[in-house]
Amino acid sequence: MGNQLKFIQGNEVCVEAALYAGLDFYAGYPITPSTEVAEHMAKRLPQIGGKFLQMEDEIASVCAIVGASLTGHKVMTATSGPGFSLMQEGLGYAIMAEIPCVIVNVQRGGPSTGLPTGPGQGDVLQARWGVHGDHSIIALTASTHQDVFEMTVHAFNMAEMFRTPVILLFDEVIGHMREKLIIPEEGEIQVVDRLRTSVKAGVDYHPYLPREDGRLPMSDFGSEHRYNVTGLFHDMWGFPTGNPGVVHELLRHLNDKIKNNAETITRYKEYYLEDARTVLISYGCSARSALHVVENRRARGERLGLLELQSLWPFPYGLVEEKCAMARQIVVVEMNMGQITRAVKRAVPEPERVVLANRIDGVFITPTDIKNILRLFQGKGV
Amino acid sequence: MAVKDYIRERFFPHLWCPGCGHGIVLNSLLRAVEQLGMSKNEIVMVSGIGCSSRISGYVDFHTLHTLHGRALAFATGVKMSKPELNVIVPMGDGDALAIGGNHFIHAARRNIAMTALVMNNRIYGMTGGQYSPLSGYGCQATTSPFGNIDYSFDIAELAKAAGATYVARTTTYHAKQMTEMIRDAVLHDGFSVVEILTQCPTYYGRRNRLGDAAEMMDWYKSHTTPIGSKAKEENPSLIERGVFVQRDKPEYCTEYDKVIEKARGGQA
Ligand SMILES: Cc1ncc(C[n+]2csc(CCOP(=O)(O)OP(=O)(O)O)c2C)c(N)n1
Ligand code: SF4
Repeated sequence: MGNQLKFIQGNEVCVEAALYAGLDFYAGYPITPSTEVAEHMAKRLPQIGGKFLQMEDEIASVCAIVGASLTGHKVMTATSGPGFSLMQEGLGYAIMAEIPCVIVNVQRGGPSTGLPTGPGQGDVLQARWGVHGDHSIIALTASTHQDVFEMTVHAFNMAEMFRTPVILLFDEVIGHMREKLIIPEEGEIQVVDRLRTSVKAGVDYHPYLPREDGRLPMSDFGSEHRYNVTGLFHDMWGFPTGNPGVVHELLRHLNDKIKNNAETITRYKEYYLEDARTVLISYGCSARSALHVVENRRARGERLGLLELQSLWPFPYGLVEEKCAMARQIVVVEMNMGQITRAVKRAVPEPERVVLANRIDGVFITPTDIKNILRLFQGKGV
Repeated sequence: MAVKDYIRERFFPHLWCPGCGHGIVLNSLLRAVEQLGMSKNEIVMVSGIGCSSRISGYVDFHTLHTLHGRALAFATGVKMSKPELNVIVPMGDGDALAIGGNHFIHAARRNIAMTALVMNNRIYGMTGGQYSPLSGYGCQATTSPFGNIDYSFDIAELAKAAGATYVARTTTYHAKQMTEMIRDAVLHDGFSVVEILTQCPTYYGRRNRLGDAAEMMDWYKSHTTPIGSKAKEENPSLIERGVFVQRDKPEYCTEYDKVIEKARGGQA
């Protein structure tokens, strides 16, 4: 049991969780504040007979993991802001070709080279819309090391379940902070394995023909079924086509498979929401400060609660509406200029009740920052 | 197996223009695979974007048609994760050396066992005839209406300098030589590059008044010569054909196996 208890950085937690989920191939390019993911992978993967590759850039990294996923491996890459920008074309490819993979973005302050060592949560909308064209995406996040572990495993599970890339949107604070982690026992968290086709050799296998439940069993490159994979619109064999019917069907499928399964994907935590008149909504590192404020105010009898989002995309509109039904005020705590605030405003019937409590100067938002903002709109002054 | 057993007839006719050299490359490639006697299941073809890259759709291997310029990066993932597969990567000259130039030199530097086939038609065919890094000074293209001022580089020299351990050049006129080179390149245990001069009569040929496909191939015959030939000494403007490099150097996947062994404290 002793070695199950760790006191490590969030980036290392992510590595341990990925291995727990069955990862055995990683390709990446160093960038602060995600570099420790690559460093730990370089050490841990060969120990289990897996492969670590340091590629020439982030474009190559995302492409390499897609290639490795096709031979039947669970794969991941990790990066931060600028590298995440470079990965967008490859991410779009993985969406279109339906290749399971996990892309970690340990966010830093942006745009551009921005604040390499400063925290920020400014890539939330890029995670949603960085890829060109209509598409759906899954993006998950976490505020504690135990949750980083769980959400990383969840990311791999969702990637396999829906044959899609999944983004893990962590941040500098979580990535670099040291905190306690108890590594779950084998089997304690469910691990979803790849669904492979049961079609026999010699029988026509259609890699892009969804089953009745919408899932698409895969076949590893190198095994008996040979097929084409492309980023062009394609038919059930994976062959390029511009047939309007097929194009329409595929675009719908790519979007619906996420939208229709939002419940399976969605993860959140709630604190004191039952009677809360002021609901804080937060995620990632910001949620730590938000929780601190809530607990502090509760002790003084104020009716504050926290909804912590662990899955940002698809956005849980219904959940937010339901949890905020009794709230007089909704305060979104995030380290950007209101990227999730916009979604929250769309989720509730009275968007004017939604306010933003943020910090965008590369300094971690503290409980005091949040309290000051609360005092302001409660008319108490700072 | 007959050559036609290696193609996906369902997806023919192909999209190439009449006279395009890419079809000749396909033919030579399939003959090479036939000579190798490999099972179709052991071969993965990874390509990028361009007329040349469409070759992967027509062959009955595991085929991965990727992004413009990124084929070698995807291929690196395929090969590293399953080294027993034979990975063949056909690319256009723009695909391999403009947008994909960085991946090209780094794949060569690693000496990872895969075969890069650079189908060099000196133009961007798929997008309608813009100049490529191989077009050459003075050429005509839609984006060089007053004559190109970009110099080209020598793919074989570049591959060699970057660390490729098998480097050869041929043309669509020399189809038999092409087959032999592709066969040897696939057998080679390291990063192999075969540059194939191939005609794009539709854009490069027409704009530069080089005649039809047959005339362009005739040009390959008259303007190329075996490496180190006397003809080259007499006429340095001739393009050399043949194998420039063929040497042994530890292969990347094999080297990584040693990393695994070390990481496990000596037990593989
Ligand atoms: C990122 C990106 N940039 C540009 C393009 C447009 N594009 C498609 S093919 C191509 C060039 C093709 O030329 P080459 O690689 O030499 O192959 P060819 O068509 O001549 O065989 C370009 C610029 C693209 N698909 N993706
Ligand atoms: S445009 Fe040129 S390269 Fe493309 S198919 Fe036609 S002849 Fe071939």
